Amino acid sequence: MGELNGLYALWYREFKVFQREKSRLLSSLIQPLMWLVIFGTGLGSSIELGISGSGISYQQFIYPGILCMTVLFGSLFFGLYIIMDKRVDFMKEVLVAPLSRTTLFFGKVLGGATDGTIEIIILMILGALFFGIPFTFYSAIITLIIIALLMVSIISVGLILGSLMNSLEGFGLVSSFVIFPLFFLSGALFPVKNLPAWLYAFVAANPVSYAVDGLRTVILGTGSFGLPTDIIVVLGFAVAMVLIGTYAFSRMKI
Amino acid sequence: MAVIQARNLTKKFGELTAVSKLNLDINEGEVFGLLGPNGAGKTTTLSMLSTLLLPTEGSASVNGFDISKEASKVRHSIGFVFQDPSSDDLLTGRENLYLHALMYGVNMRQANKKMDEVLRLVNLSDKQHQRMRTYSGGMRRRLELARGLLHEPKVLFLDEPTLGLDPQTRENLWGYIKKLSREKKVTIIITTHYMEEADMLCDRLAIIDHGKIVALDTPANLKKLLGGDVVKLKIKKPKLAAVRKLKFVKKVRQDGEIVTLTVQDAGKHLQEILRHIGNVESVESRVPTLNDVFIYFTGSEIREQEGEGGFFERMIRRGNK
Ligand SMILES: Nc1ncnc2c1ncn2[C@@H]1O[C@H](COP(=O)(O)OP(=O)(O)OP(=O)(O)O)[C@@H](O)[C@H]1O
Ligand SMILES: [Mg+2]
Repeated sequence: MGELNGLYALWYREFKVFQREKSRLLSSLIQPLMWLVIFGTGLGSSIELGISGSGISYQQFIYPGILCMTVLFGSLFFGLYIIMDKRVDFMKEVLVAPLSRTTLFFGKVLGGATDGTIEIIILMILGALFFGIPFTFYSAIITLIIIALLMVSIISVGLILGSLMNSLEGFGLVSSFVIFPLFFLSGALFPVKNLPAWLYAFVAANPVSYAVDGLRTVILGTGSFGLPTDIIVVLGFAVAMVLIGTYAFSRMKI
Repeated sequence: MAVIQARNLTKKFGELTAVSKLNLDINEGEVFGLLGPNGAGKTTTLSMLSTLLLPTEGSASVNGFDISKEASKVRHSIGFVFQDPSSDDLLTGRENLYLHALMYGVNMRQANKKMDEVLRLVNLSDKQHQRMRTYSGGMRRRLELARGLLHEPKVLFLDEPTLGLDPQTRENLWGYIKKLSREKKVTIIITTHYMEEADMLCDRLAIIDHGKIVALDTPANLKKLLGGDVVKLKIKKPKLAAVRKLKFVKKVRQDGEIVTLTVQDAGKHLQEILRHIGNVESVESRVPTLNDVFIYFTGSEIREQEGEGGFFERMIRRGNK
């Protein structure tokens, strides 16, 4: 009971802050929309996708990738908030409370995932309304499941980094070394099929690729790895990151 | 058995020994003060007792639970008001209290009543629904105090709780702290730089310097320990040998140009001291305060940049009056 209340407390805080910081929501939506509108239209007008006869535009093609990108950039940030809490004694207030570190970790993950899911749902509605994304009830549910797993993984990565570091600048530096490779090597912006072997190896080793591929499969009906493989890899990634994250939190020092 | 027991409690940060072989026994319902210059190790001591930091060596127990092995049980029974801001300033005051109540498993039916009560205590009832971003420093401090009291802990750690508070709030708070310890038998460990506060609030206090306890007793006994009135002189070339020979001079201490004497019945003997010591720039004589005890045990050099200025500066200010 105590731990459950604590979990709710930590979630409550994240959610309240999210509600108050309207700019956070706005900025998290503007970036993906710019990618879709400018990059999607611009590059789409001059390239051939090589998925013949599918009738999928480049803009539609990168849409699943852009959803994943939103998750990547939005979720990692939760590690930053940990560092900000450490800077003031708010972190001590939480750490001296009679809650286990596991609860603390899951509270943060749930709080972050709630915020992120709201962003993604807004992007899904916008996608269906303005970008011709053919969502069905089934594909929307699978999309949300894959997104949720990816979100939990990336929030965990952020929290792991945040628990290890004390400087905001350091976090910024390390996170860009994490985020950009994960994004560019995920096949978010290009089809995976005709890649040279060395690049394909990187893409295949990147768990985010499977999230992108899974989304593309359910939303657009085109993919490379197969949906079961996609879901298993994304699920495995999430479990691994959560385990490492709870461990990292149990070792976190003030 | 003592509620708090520390044995050889030690904390090292790399080369620096912040707390060195501390031994403490604090009884139930006691208000216990920790005094010491900046960087003496007060916060570090409280952090170890509250399980936020693991000791490098030694051990301690709080409410009978070992701070290293039974950290979670210790945390259930303590409350902490931190030295630095520790609330979320995007949330309102009441929301911060609500969070705290949830984290400490306060019964939700009682929580609302309890929140009203502590908010009234620190006089923030009409500000409770404003975001803490809009609070003044003192209001924020008061809210964090209220928060520490919310879950009625058996042991309460207060790290400079009255820093930056106005005199009204401070007096209110003293009253409340006393009431907590007398009526509810809450054990309170408080650090402060206000000697007057320590004097009137604490049953016993320890003065620590460089991580070690240099004195530990009731405020009254500590003052008695000095063994007479305090005479402070500002003088360039004191003839200390001559002064030491006077039988009513109990202690002599020199810090640069400042000479501090402990003298029996100073009113009667001041003339004679002045005759022996040489050309004095300024002189001051009074019954000892806790401040004198503090300076006596910790010297007058300034430890860090912060703080309210050393003895020397204050003496000059006084001398100029
Ligand atoms: N996390 C840390 N890493 C390294 N050194 C530390 C750390 N925390 C404290 N110290 C050092 O330990 C010593 C004791 O610090 P502490 O905060 O306990 O002092 P304090 O008595 O509370 O002082 P103040 O009156 O200024 O609050 C100081 O020299 C400080 O620089
Ligand atoms: Mg301190």
